[in-house]
Amino acid sequence: MVQRPGRFRFLRALRDLRVHGLLSPQDVPLAATVGVLLALFAACAIAFPGFLSPGVARNLLVGNAALGLVCIGMTFVIISGGIDLSVGAAIGFSSILIASLVQQGWHPMPAFGLALTVGAAGGATMGTLIHRFALPPFLVTLAGMFLYRGGALMVSERSITIRHPLHRTLAEWGSGPVPPAVVMFVVAAGAGFVVARWTRFGRDVYALGGGEESARLMGVRVAGVKVRVYAISGLCAALAGVAMTLATGAGNATAGHLAELDAIAAVVIGGTPLSGGAGSMVGTVAGVLIFGLIQEAMPRAGVTNSWWFRIAVGGLLLGFVLLQRGLEGRRGQ
Amino acid sequence: MVDALPLLEARGLVKVYPGVRALDGADFTLRAGEVHALMGENGAGKSTLIKALTGALAPDAGEVRLGGRVIRPRSPVEAQRLGISTVYQEVNLAPNLSLAENLLLGRQPRRLGLIDRRAVRRRAEAIMAGLGVRADVGRPLGSLPIAVQQMAAIGRALDLDARVLVLDEPTSSLDAEETARLFGAVRSLAARGMGVVFITHFIGQVYEVCARVTVMRGGRVVAVRDAGGLPRLELVALMLGVSMEEARAIERAHARAGSSAEVALRARGLRRGRVGPIDLDLRRGGALGLAGLLGSGRTETARMIAGADRHESGRVEIDGRSVPTSPPRRAIAAGVALCPEDRKAEAIVPGLSVRENIALAVQARQGWWRPIGRRAQRNLAERFVRSLRIATPGVEKPAGELSGGNQQKVVLARWLAAEPRVLLLDEPTRGIDVGAKAEIERLVGDLCARGVAVLFISSEVEEVGRVCDRVLVLRDGRAAGELSGEGVTVAAVMRLIAGEGERA
Amino acid sequence: MRDSARAAVRAIGRAAPAAAAVGLLLAFNAAFTPGFFDLAVADGRLAGSLVDVVNRGAVVALLALGMALVIATGGVDLSVGAVMAIAGATAATLVAQHGASPWAAIAGALAVGAAAGAFNGALVAGAGVQPIVATLVLMVAGRGAAQLLTGGQIVTFNDPVLNFIDGGFVAGVPMPVLIAAGALALGLALTRGTALGLFVEATGDNERAARLAGVRVRAVKAAAYVLCGVAASVAGLLAASDIRAADANNAGLYLELDAILAAVLGGTALRGGRFSLVGAVLGALFIQGLTTTLYLHDVSPNATLAVKAGAVLAVCLAVSERVRAWVGRK
Repeated sequence: MVQRPGRFRFLRALRDLRVHGLLSPQDVPLAATVGVLLALFAACAIAFPGFLSPGVARNLLVGNAALGLVCIGMTFVIISGGIDLSVGAAIGFSSILIASLVQQGWHPMPAFGLALTVGAAGGATMGTLIHRFALPPFLVTLAGMFLYRGGALMVSERSITIRHPLHRTLAEWGSGPVPPAVVMFVVAAGAGFVVARWTRFGRDVYALGGGEESARLMGVRVAGVKVRVYAISGLCAALAGVAMTLATGAGNATAGHLAELDAIAAVVIGGTPLSGGAGSMVGTVAGVLIFGLIQEAMPRAGVTNSWWFRIAVGGLLLGFVLLQRGLEGRRGQ
Repeated sequence: MVDALPLLEARGLVKVYPGVRALDGADFTLRAGEVHALMGENGAGKSTLIKALTGALAPDAGEVRLGGRVIRPRSPVEAQRLGISTVYQEVNLAPNLSLAENLLLGRQPRRLGLIDRRAVRRRAEAIMAGLGVRADVGRPLGSLPIAVQQMAAIGRALDLDARVLVLDEPTSSLDAEETARLFGAVRSLAARGMGVVFITHFIGQVYEVCARVTVMRGGRVVAVRDAGGLPRLELVALMLGVSMEEARAIERAHARAGSSAEVALRARGLRRGRVGPIDLDLRRGGALGLAGLLGSGRTETARMIAGADRHESGRVEIDGRSVPTSPPRRAIAAGVALCPEDRKAEAIVPGLSVRENIALAVQARQGWWRPIGRRAQRNLAERFVRSLRIATPGVEKPAGELSGGNQQKVVLARWLAAEPRVLLLDEPTRGIDVGAKAEIERLVGDLCARGVAVLFISSEVEEVGRVCDRVLVLRDGRAAGELSGEGVTVAAVMRLIAGEGERA
Repeated sequence: MRDSARAAVRAIGRAAPAAAAVGLLLAFNAAFTPGFFDLAVADGRLAGSLVDVVNRGAVVALLALGMALVIATGGVDLSVGAVMAIAGATAATLVAQHGASPWAAIAGALAVGAAAGAFNGALVAGAGVQPIVATLVLMVAGRGAAQLLTGGQIVTFNDPVLNFIDGGFVAGVPMPVLIAAGALALGLALTRGTALGLFVEATGDNERAARLAGVRVRAVKAAAYVLCGVAASVAGLLAASDIRAADANNAGLYLELDAILAAVLGGTALRGGRFSLVGAVLGALFIQGLTTTLYLHDVSPNATLAVKAGAVLAVCLAVSERVRAWVGRK
């Protein structure tokens, strides 16, 4: 056989690893993510006495449930080859919307429902614009971000405390054994995992991310998939907004500040390349947990300065970007 | 066999683009159970015909019948649903998904509403086994050899209950063993009653696998023949549009003044992928023609010399000194310029003006800190607009808005302005009108007279004969022979291209 | 000579959407905002709404200049806001905590900006990482780095030279206006006075063709990111000087998005290729003018965000080829 240059030689080397029961190339980013997570966890467990307690695990989940929810939607968007910058502002909008509706005498349940509907509809609208007019996703969702943030601040610039028995009960559960936000995150992650892996829609998202033209030729209804992907992202962001109101007992228009950035970073660290077509929900959850672990570990290591957190995330991001670039091989030349 | 009801039939297909009749009343008939070769050089209209058959474009006139019924697919997906599947040279599947998923995307077996991954795997394995391919269906498609990817595309078509399978140059990136396996699968499909349209530029493969041959040229079908009764030389003559009598009779119209013996560029052992090793000499004031069918390695050779693609082994010498040629900047510094084959992707900068396009190479050589003034650029551009008769309202017109022939002249002007010592022209006359073509041919003569060494690639053998004093014929990535002086005849070139006299 | 007239028309044509938008804004203000065009000279200083717009628009104008270059090469730089924060932090800490001279602080800030640009350039041009991803790294980590410099505090300073950068006047004209004008002039000299502009446009329009024509496409791309980083650091100096402090958290927050909007509004092709520095500055002035106008009409700053969203969408749709094709068909 003629030896094909470059990329195949590399992939063949990796295939040999797999033949020996070790790895397949598409699993390398995920393996790296899980490896980093386990190493971090082990290091923390050894370095900090009492780290292996339910309390810490709880903190980890509670503290990152909202981010995790956003990341689930973002994972779909990124796998499809797009990006959604509007999620942070969407959190703020749904948070303040719910609080203000309850303040006006709404029952929290329909308020949640309306917030989720707005989130999904907003996402669907952006998806439609992106597809119908072939616009760059990051500009359209940027407009969405301005719109959500401006709208949220117009509803109220001040934080609104939510006073309703049901909401109070739910919020109190937050410090109980089954915090609602964590339940939402776990359920959403499970649903995301199943959808991505075991539904035709989920596989279509991957196909779309692998190449729009090929996907169309293979019979994927590109328009529908794109619209749904952004709708899911909007829905997840609105869910995160609900989680935020439960955690703080109030609605805040500035909630979710920079969450889009954290979410993109966590998803990429979770092994999903921004070029689309690959990635997994498991990786994303691992990415979110890495985020949480670093946050938990830093104060224990005596690093109380939050900026080291950003730098660490940036460094991890760089590492994963370079790893993914290396796996792609040198295109073109 | 003679009266078999045609499976797929096209009548009088016409497709007109501004300036070209890409399809000019083409007829095509495919019978069930046959492998049918569709042959033709660039611009012959075969890809347009295929697009019309598979719904990728709508013909301006004519009709397509499948099993006797008129069909008008509006997209490849719709054509697939009707039973016409296409496998492209560039595999149009999802490289990131597993082989199994590629076979069954959108039709995955489900249980309780969820995809039954095990059933997907089983069915995929069955499909591939049916094609005689053993491959791990769980691996991402992109990590499998191209041959398996092609087979996957075929497998997907089969699972869609295709009645007609169009294979568009499926073998161009396969090696011999992979090709043999593909042919095995194709034969067994035909034996099961499928109609297969096979597009290739490897003549040998036509005889290996096809029963009938349709030859196209200039948007028309020029011949439909049984492969058994069509000698190689005649097939080449049909494709290139020379009658056999002509082919035998045409000698070169005039003896060209022989080029000097001084070698401007010497390439030795150039090799990259399938192509090579190739040796060639370009002489000062001489034009060396590089002939051969598509895929014979003509373009690859020129690109290696110019550094557009790095050669894996071998060397390029200029004036006896070995010079690095990659990146292209280095080749240019050594006086080597390439007009690439794909004008749109690699030569024209569509948003920039004619003036900027022409000045680009000279400016790049001078460096960014020594700008050529706008006035000097305009003088330069206007000089070439006049001398090459580039039809443009002005030198400030964006080059992308010019016609193909004029864009080609702009690219030529870019390199003429750089005054190279060696000029490599890859299909410079493709897709442009007759007048512009004659001018470009004449220009090559002028350049030679000024001492430039020219490498001239063209699919038109006659043109190569007209322009060049020596011709190197390539076949399957190797030199098949070199002709010079009086020996450069259309017939001789074609004989080398067809590989007659060797194993048939 | 009709040809050069045509070239001039084309060059202006690229900036036309921004020019038209600014024109519309001015017309609106002429009709509905009393005193918008009034210019006063108080204490030998120029004042008035128009001056205010240009003065406040300077930061985005600087960012848009660099962004236009980067977008023209076919990329994008998401890190400019973070680079502003780093540059401001560098200058402020050098002066306030290390007792450096303000000139050294300015030089330090510019050097940091150039280094950040070089980092982005290395990732994009060297490693071949997608620009969005490559610059995301610095967007995420950059603010952390700035906070690291400032120790998480808002580092205040009171240095006549640094204060002068944003607050000073020369011949009655505010410094930010002069700096932005100077940057535009320098940018024009650098891109149109040399062949750099041609190379940038060729690279962004058809990278393979540019490479085959002998253009050093990687060096061109890297240069664009470095210039963008330097422009962002100047913007960071302005922002720090404005509040006489380095605020690592908020300096330049979300301004990368304004910069992209200004550049695209100013006629720079989002897919790379043609760019217009004049257009980028006009785009920035439009964004600031819009904000100021809404403010003068007592529209809440929050609604301004919504209007901005509309502007982003309008611009997207205006430059979308598919929309053009669609409108053309009707």
